[in-house]
Amino acid sequence: MTTATQKIVPFDEAITRYDPVMGLEVHVELNTATKMFCGCATAFGAEPNTQVCPVCLGLPGALPVVNAKAVESAIRIGLALSCDIAEWCRFARKNYFYPDMPKNFQTSQYDEPIAFDGYLDVEVPLEEGGTRTVRVEIERAHMEEDTGKSLHVGGATGRIHGADHSLLDYNRAGIPLIEIVTRTIHVPAELAPAVARAFVTQLRDLIVALDVSDARMDQGSLRADVNLSLSPKDSGVLGTRSETKNVNSFRSVERAVRYEIGRHAGVLDAGGSILQETRHFHEANGSTSAGREKSDADDYRYFPEPDLAPVAPSREWVEELRGTLPEPPSERRRRLQAEWEFSDLDMRDTVGAGALDLVAATVAAGTTPAAAKKWWLGELARRANEDGTDLADLPITPEQVAAIQGLIDAGRVNDKLARQVFEGVLAGEGTPDEVVSTRGLEVVSDDGALGDAVDRAIEANPDVAQKIRDGKVQAAGALIGAVMKEMRGQADAGRVRELVLEKLS
Amino acid sequence: MSSALSREDVAHLASLARISLSEDELDRLGAELPAILDHVAAVQGVVESAGEDVAPMSHPVPVANVMREDVVRPGLTPDEALSGAPASEEQRFLVPKILGEE
Amino acid sequence: MSDLTRLGAAELAEKLAGGEVTSVDVTRAHLERIGEVDSRLHAFLHVGEESAMATAADVDARRAAGEDVPTLAGVPVAVKDLINTTDQPTTAGSRMLEGWVPPYDATVVARLRAAGLPILGKTNLDEFAMGSSNEHSAYGPTRNPWDTDRIPGGSSGGSAAAVASHEAPLALGTDTGGSIRQPGAMTGVVGMKPTYGGVSRYGVVAMASSLDQVGPMARSVLDAALLHEVVAGHDPLDSTSIDAPVPDVVAAARRGDVSGLKIGIVRELGGEGFQPGVQAAFDGAVEQLAQAGAEVVEVACPSFRHGIAAYYLVMPSEVSSNLARFDAMRYGLRVSPEGVPDPSAEQVMSASRDAGFGDEVKRRIVLGTYALSSGYYDAYYGSAQKVRTLIARDFAAAFEQVDVLVSPTAPTTAWRLGEKSDDPLAMYLEDVCTIPANLAGVPGLSLPVGLADDTGLPVGVQFLAPALADDRVYNVAAALERLVAAPVLEEVR
Repeated sequence: MTTATQKIVPFDEAITRYDPVMGLEVHVELNTATKMFCGCATAFGAEPNTQVCPVCLGLPGALPVVNAKAVESAIRIGLALSCDIAEWCRFARKNYFYPDMPKNFQTSQYDEPIAFDGYLDVEVPLEEGGTRTVRVEIERAHMEEDTGKSLHVGGATGRIHGADHSLLDYNRAGIPLIEIVTRTIHVPAELAPAVARAFVTQLRDLIVALDVSDARMDQGSLRADVNLSLSPKDSGVLGTRSETKNVNSFRSVERAVRYEIGRHAGVLDAGGSILQETRHFHEANGSTSAGREKSDADDYRYFPEPDLAPVAPSREWVEELRGTLPEPPSERRRRLQAEWEFSDLDMRDTVGAGALDLVAATVAAGTTPAAAKKWWLGELARRANEDGTDLADLPITPEQVAAIQGLIDAGRVNDKLARQVFEGVLAGEGTPDEVVSTRGLEVVSDDGALGDAVDRAIEANPDVAQKIRDGKVQAAGALIGAVMKEMRGQADAGRVRELVLEKLS
Repeated sequence: MSSALSREDVAHLASLARISLSEDELDRLGAELPAILDHVAAVQGVVESAGEDVAPMSHPVPVANVMREDVVRPGLTPDEALSGAPASEEQRFLVPKILGEE
Repeated sequence: MSDLTRLGAAELAEKLAGGEVTSVDVTRAHLERIGEVDSRLHAFLHVGEESAMATAADVDARRAAGEDVPTLAGVPVAVKDLINTTDQPTTAGSRMLEGWVPPYDATVVARLRAAGLPILGKTNLDEFAMGSSNEHSAYGPTRNPWDTDRIPGGSSGGSAAAVASHEAPLALGTDTGGSIRQPGAMTGVVGMKPTYGGVSRYGVVAMASSLDQVGPMARSVLDAALLHEVVAGHDPLDSTSIDAPVPDVVAAARRGDVSGLKIGIVRELGGEGFQPGVQAAFDGAVEQLAQAGAEVVEVACPSFRHGIAAYYLVMPSEVSSNLARFDAMRYGLRVSPEGVPDPSAEQVMSASRDAGFGDEVKRRIVLGTYALSSGYYDAYYGSAQKVRTLIARDFAAAFEQVDVLVSPTAPTTAWRLGEKSDDPLAMYLEDVCTIPANLAGVPGLSLPVGLADDTGLPVGVQFLAPALADDRVYNVAAALERLVAAPVLEEVR
């Protein structure tokens, strides 16, 4: 538990005295139709214990069989991260007891991962502007299975502490996971939080481009662990590391790194020692709290899984899969920047906001790059920030954004009304069209109604009307404004202008 | 390899294996296991005297790449899944409060 | 005893096919026999009268309607209580699974059902198949029908006793270190451990995954082969199942011809430490084979003497992991620790595992936990897996010289209940002859060859062949079966 007396050193101060030593582990839940070792479905949000069988429930006598598609996805992820693909590897049992793990061992990989020795070049936005490319080395990517979910009942809702009992749902148990482990990331201390965020963000872009996972941090299909320790500057002394688990947004990854650096510094400054433990990140205040202390009892007694045959992907298969890889992210960024005619700054903002794929998808749905960027980095980024969530997790799709821009282009709504359409879609009121009709947002372009309003405006502003008659066309703005006001914004401003000029010509 | 195994060692192993052995059981296992370990520890010497690199055998019949297609197969109904459960609630397995977090 | 229970499976199948008897009659006769003698033997933990009779009636109806049914349709079978059945409890001989009814059938059970064999019941065993005497059953030991003061062997002692005492013409057992062959030898029945991967393990409560195999037990080599044929073959639900045609074991069992074959006596499995009556019966059997035209030679398999050491590392290691799932959360016994108010899941797990597992199971779990723990893995588990390679090399070298290996199945005949209970290591040493086949994955069959001249109890001889050559052991065993006086149990004594 976080103690009240714990001092958190401000980040900027902490990095004057300490260098962070950071590594990241990312779990990607694959979007295969079935689980890693059985034919159960993997749909998110199904009724409890409806996607289970003897294998994923760990019933006596049940045996696993490897999902070929999961192996394929693992190899594609490995290749996309420039890893070597093992010619021969095995699964291993990681033995420990936990109620949400049906066999009380996790079928994973130990010293023989399917992919190893790779890297990802990430673009890290710099505070002073521009970006810097940082190569994050990948130690390994291996296959394993997810656990079930426990619901803690009684005490504080959903929390483990103080619960009377727990309820277990094994729908998630056995869903294939790929665990991607980085090597220690060496960057200037001040960059560490941004690098962590950029890595997870751009890894997600890659995973999405590979179409191997939904990669939704809010739904847990992409989960990041931050391993961090501090080393006193120029000391060469390595610190004890904490593992902050299951950080669930890009923004939180950055915050978790900042917080842990400040926390470690506080403990070390006070002459204390960091416990080797897992920590939990709290979205609400950006802090972490102690989870489980690592101890000698963490003896996982790994041994090769005797119920499964080794996986020996043929080189032909690996090459065939290499042919299915999407464009490497850095090349893709260069290509898109050219296609979209974005400045370096535009591109940096787009990548930094985690909006690259969203803008690309919106453009693909028919919107101009500039308009797509405007919405995602403007209105929607503001909303995501307010909600403390990532852009990709907002309840709106690129197709819907494109549809709203389409309404603007067709003159059915104006920019101001469009903001209300966004609000409605985000509030779950339906498609853009549905929001327009239920909220009555469509602009009035019916000449009868508009004509009457224009007449009333001319009547109410005879001076202005005369100026226009005298040829001062720019004065039309005042009359248009009056009409828009009367129509509460729901008028087609272009048509109003035409009518004003027609009537006063 | 020495097969000295203290009573504390046995207690530690039992806790790793999640078995709350009684005092009597700890005594008995503490007395029995060293004799068994003395016998089985011979494998180390056997391997050393084999005098070459002997690969470990994890599968008696060598096979590789045994995989299935990614096609959904019917599993159990929730009733079947919960049929053996000591307790259940809301279509979930009911277990006592969980202390540690993983 | 009804005449129907005196008949073997092949004879019953013939009479059923010819319409001389009905499956309902045959099944009822065996159920009655169980009612008659099982209170003295305790071979069954559960008798499935209703479902057995329903299967029998169904098969009779199909036959009467002129339907083409499989060879063994209507011939009843007993199933070791380690193998999942949806219509009868599966306890693994443990308090941990008392009353548990699996929601799915083992693949071998599904195959028995598809072939129309009525399942008489579930047979007793050492808890989770851990033992060589059936004394480790949580529900009380099975007794040897040749002498009810003696053990029937184990762990498939219930299946062995049921077949030997004519409670069932056929039974399924499982064999991890000799658990089919050794009780077969102790009770005078045929017991076969197929090539690893030859029979599906799906739905069979796992003891040691890389060693376990299901196999047939019967009173004749042909009967065993007929049951073998029903349950063997590739199963996509078992990743270690061999995707190749099953050798024609039935044809081999009918052939029984050793002329021109080379048979190797394993030098390390005999002589000192072997009961004289066992050795004499074995020597007599080998002499018969030579007279029948086999060339008998002696071969050396020096690594076999390390089999027990390797086995008692590999097996408990896998046991410690396989039995972790019995944690009182999803199924099985749940016990709250005494004197602990409001216990946690962790405390309930530990208390339940202490209460639900017997001494032998706990001993092996603790041993296996030790062998896998960090710092010891290489010395113990790792070395043991290398010894397996050495043993497999010995087999390979031996099979360069001979077609089949032969040894006694066990060093002694059946011992008295309680005789070896206090010395686990002494009990482990009983498995010396059978363990190498499990470690290397090769097939092994125990054939009863008579009664020991010193104890008057059954003696078994074991034949071993290369992986996938299961038919070879059936051929040789069938040949010897014709030459020796198979012990026939007149009545339980």
